[in-house]
Amino acid sequence: MSATSPRVLARVTAVEGRLALRDPGNFFFAVFFPPLLLAVLGLAMPWGSTPYSEDDPLLSQINGITGYTPVVLTLAIATVALSVYPINIATYRGQGVLRRLSTTPLPPSRLLVAQILVNVGALLVAAVLTLAVGLLVVDVSAPEDPAVVLLAFLLTATSTFGVGSLIAARAPTAGAATGFGMTVYFVSLFFAGVWLPLPIMPDVVQDIAVWTPLGAGSQALLDGWVGAGFPTRELLVMAGWTVVLVPLSGRLFRWR
Amino acid sequence: MQEAPVIHAEHLRKSYGRTVAVADVSLTVRRGEIVGVLGRNGAGKTTTVEMIGGLRERDGGTVRVLGLDPGGSAHDRAALRERVGLQLQESALPARITVREAVVEYACFYDDPADPDELLRDLGLADKAGTQCRALSGGQKQRLSIALALVGNPELAVLDELTTGLDPQARRDTWDVVERVRRRGVTIVLVTHFMEEAERLCDRVVLVDAGRVVAEGTPAEVAARVGAEQTLAFHPSAPVDPAALRALDGVGSVEVAPDGVVTLRGTGNVVQEVMVALAAAGVRPDDLRVHRSTLEDAFVTLTGAPAADEAAPAPSDARVEA
Repeated sequence: MSATSPRVLARVTAVEGRLALRDPGNFFFAVFFPPLLLAVLGLAMPWGSTPYSEDDPLLSQINGITGYTPVVLTLAIATVALSVYPINIATYRGQGVLRRLSTTPLPPSRLLVAQILVNVGALLVAAVLTLAVGLLVVDVSAPEDPAVVLLAFLLTATSTFGVGSLIAARAPTAGAATGFGMTVYFVSLFFAGVWLPLPIMPDVVQDIAVWTPLGAGSQALLDGWVGAGFPTRELLVMAGWTVVLVPLSGRLFRWR
Repeated sequence: MQEAPVIHAEHLRKSYGRTVAVADVSLTVRRGEIVGVLGRNGAGKTTTVEMIGGLRERDGGTVRVLGLDPGGSAHDRAALRERVGLQLQESALPARITVREAVVEYACFYDDPADPDELLRDLGLADKAGTQCRALSGGQKQRLSIALALVGNPELAVLDELTTGLDPQARRDTWDVVERVRRRGVTIVLVTHFMEEAERLCDRVVLVDAGRVVAEGTPAEVAARVGAEQTLAFHPSAPVDPAALRALDGVGSVEVAPDGVVTLRGTGNVVQEVMVALAAAGVRPDDLRVHRSTLEDAFVTLTGAPAADEAAPAPSDARVEA
């Protein structure tokens, strides 16, 4: 069967990639919004250059915009994993694209893999641009512990794509996926500290946040950035979400 | 030895909860035929072809398509996806994919695909190759949909409600395409509720109502099942005697409307008989209209009476033997 060959996956991925480039709105939010947000905040906000936190011995070493960089990275992950990806898949389901594919020899899982590859690609570009803008334009200091930052970034991505896959698995239409996706998106970003930095949030919020993929991800990224030691609990939380959600969404997936 | 049929389905049955979509459908399609599956909306046509296409699990009955079981082993299902092209309702393509991209992408799913550019030329889409799907007209979308069903060089193509929603010109263009497809040697199952379409394209039709086969045969045979009846209506130039007309060979009934219009039903050579009799009486039939019973009449007659299948046990045995 030729349909299962890597060549076919490469072709499907290339087509999905081209389609993504033809969708300027999603493309902007996935790739350019995170670095733009960091640049605007870094240049415009007075807190960008003041210490991130006066009280904490480590957090007082970094400026505000450095402390906000992990949050922008989690936002970049959330945008593709909770919005673009599940809405694309649900659109395909609602319009019958998945049904149409199910009549061909192509295992429809190839389309999912292709969508994830394209969105991960967009995410990597967004993350590199965000880092470049941060380091070169707005005085973000380099991470103390790049390996921890990288690991935290990967696990944040896998766990959040797990949540997105759960939505993608079941949402019958684009509208439903937008509803679910946006709700989860904004709640997740709240716990990730987009609107209010985690360290100054009430303890109860911080206690909840650490159990959410993006809350744990944001904290683990910050720990790596300031060299606050190995964020074992956060990484385990994210690994747990990944291990549960990825197989679960595979099992719950509906083609129509 | 006769060649094995492309589709051989017996006593197919499918319920959704307590709703019986297909009660008992049997169907045989030979190689190279165009067979129409006709019926009203909700008659069970689409469910029938979805079971044949392996998209729905059947509750009962047997199906063999090209000797394979569409509801059977993973091997059979995979082989059928390679050899059967399905064009289904409510299935679409991404809005921004171009015609050529879609056909080239689908071609690479198959072991022995058709040449995408040749296929686009055959279906009259060559000048639309670079157009995104969202910018295509209804007829162009349907032709692309047919192209995708054919791109794997299938032996059997199932085309569901091909021309629904198309304007008359686009519908005729699509029929031409189906005839060209048949000339490629593809066996076709055409699901439709347009009788004109079935009369024009199909070698045989299967009329499905309330999940059962109620008639089967060539379009002319099925039309004749409701009586090979002809209707004449005319305005006589002088009064005529209904009793004299009724006495003619082949005349069944004669009605004279208050405005003088005579409506006459009959079989056989009834038209000539009436014309000769009128000429002999020196009467001129003005505004003469002759109507021959069509598949459409058969359709209305055979599926018009609701709950007829409850009362009559016969249709449950109305198997299609080809």
